[in-house]
Amino acid sequence: MSGVRLLVGTRKGAFVLTSDGKRAKWDVSGPFFGGWEIYHLKGSPADPNRLYASQSTSWFGQLIQRSNDGGRTWEPVDNKFVYDGVPGTHQWYDGTPHPWEFKRVWHLEPSLTDPDTVYAGVEDAALFRTTDGGKSWHELPGLRGHGSGSQWSPGAGGLGLHTIVLDPSNPKRMFIAISAAGAFRTDDGGTTWQPINKGLKSEQIPDPSAEVGHCVHRIAMHPSQPTVLYMQKHWDVMRTENAGDSWTEVSGNLPTDFGFVIDVHAHEPKTIYVVPIKSDSEHYPIDGQLRVFRSRSGGNEWEALSKGLPQKDCYVNVLRDAMAVDRLDSCGVYFGTTGGQVYGSSDAGDTWTPIVRDFPAVLSVEVQTLT
Amino acid sequence: MIRVVLPQHLRTLARVDEEVTLEVNGPITQRAILDALEARYPVLCGTIRDHVTQQRRPFLRFFACEEDWSHELPDAPLPSKVASGAEPFLVIGAMAGG
Repeated sequence: MSGVRLLVGTRKGAFVLTSDGKRAKWDVSGPFFGGWEIYHLKGSPADPNRLYASQSTSWFGQLIQRSNDGGRTWEPVDNKFVYDGVPGTHQWYDGTPHPWEFKRVWHLEPSLTDPDTVYAGVEDAALFRTTDGGKSWHELPGLRGHGSGSQWSPGAGGLGLHTIVLDPSNPKRMFIAISAAGAFRTDDGGTTWQPINKGLKSEQIPDPSAEVGHCVHRIAMHPSQPTVLYMQKHWDVMRTENAGDSWTEVSGNLPTDFGFVIDVHAHEPKTIYVVPIKSDSEHYPIDGQLRVFRSRSGGNEWEALSKGLPQKDCYVNVLRDAMAVDRLDSCGVYFGTTGGQVYGSSDAGDTWTPIVRDFPAVLSVEVQTLT
Repeated sequence: MIRVVLPQHLRTLARVDEEVTLEVNGPITQRAILDALEARYPVLCGTIRDHVTQQRRPFLRFFACEEDWSHELPDAPLPSKVASGAEPFLVIGAMAGG
């Protein structure tokens, strides 16, 4: 019997939500690591029982937890993230050089083929990897050592490497995104990197078309079309059809093109989802109406999806890692809000139901499709 | 034996009860106690002091004998009552909301 497992990271712990293929009734377990911020947790595509979680607080720093039984039990693994060599500096808010300082792990991306290999995107922006199931972490220094590294500056939320997208057709290719440096691609397994920001325009930086300095919020890919990427930028929704060599804006008729999440339907590579947010200073939906927007054409033409979502007095945000899709026949779409709700749709977004209403602020949502 | 009291979250992490007892050789200092604590409970590495700089994490405090030792040098000798085990060395989560 097929089913789904939602992995929800919140400001005060992690939760595991499970359901059968109908996705009508849900079992909730947790909180795990109560009181800790769980920026992200994700399962291995190669072994769905192997999960990794990023656990941190301002008091006690960073921990990484691993589960070998689908989230029932957890064990802490190595939490030592030390930059390779002399860390050097990036640019601080006031334009002065600032030493690289590890703060937290924003995102964990398990390998598509090996449960012991995981990539970790961290703040201050860098990419780490473990190949022994989390027993040790090592930086891939080519990214931070890219010639532009000293020019990277933090967004309001910090200099976080928050997005890691692995190319299923090419194990040497990977995409990452950093706020507020932009998107980067490696074609040699992480040794060297190139910025892939051509076509992005950001009025908030001196040269709106600069090679780096863009506040990319999230990138998504459909595994069947790995050269087509979708991006939710600080403002603007973008698409590339050449693995990031150039981007085109596809915001089209969205009521606002600011937002954080973006994701792709599991079976329709041109069907994408965003949650428009009013503005960069007003992180809530327009007019108090929570609406997901869906495009079936890879952008530009969008339709509002609101059935089952609050259409009055709703002023929550949906953070960048807080949307996911399952791979069941009728694609399930899920997202979590800063108000503590997790909404699910078992019909590709046509209708929505709150799975839970009263969690702590949701930081991340991932889904595992279990067969 | 040196007695150490940890905050709740670190007790959970280390799977210990309220108070930990440690055998510490040589002068009883913050560094000696934390070295022994981390050797016994490696999961605590990085949670009380930074992995690289060994600096106390900003939202933690070290108390002993009703005094705040947080700003003392890590190799400064702690009170004799801590060294004798009459009083515990306390690792405290600083008061901060969130």
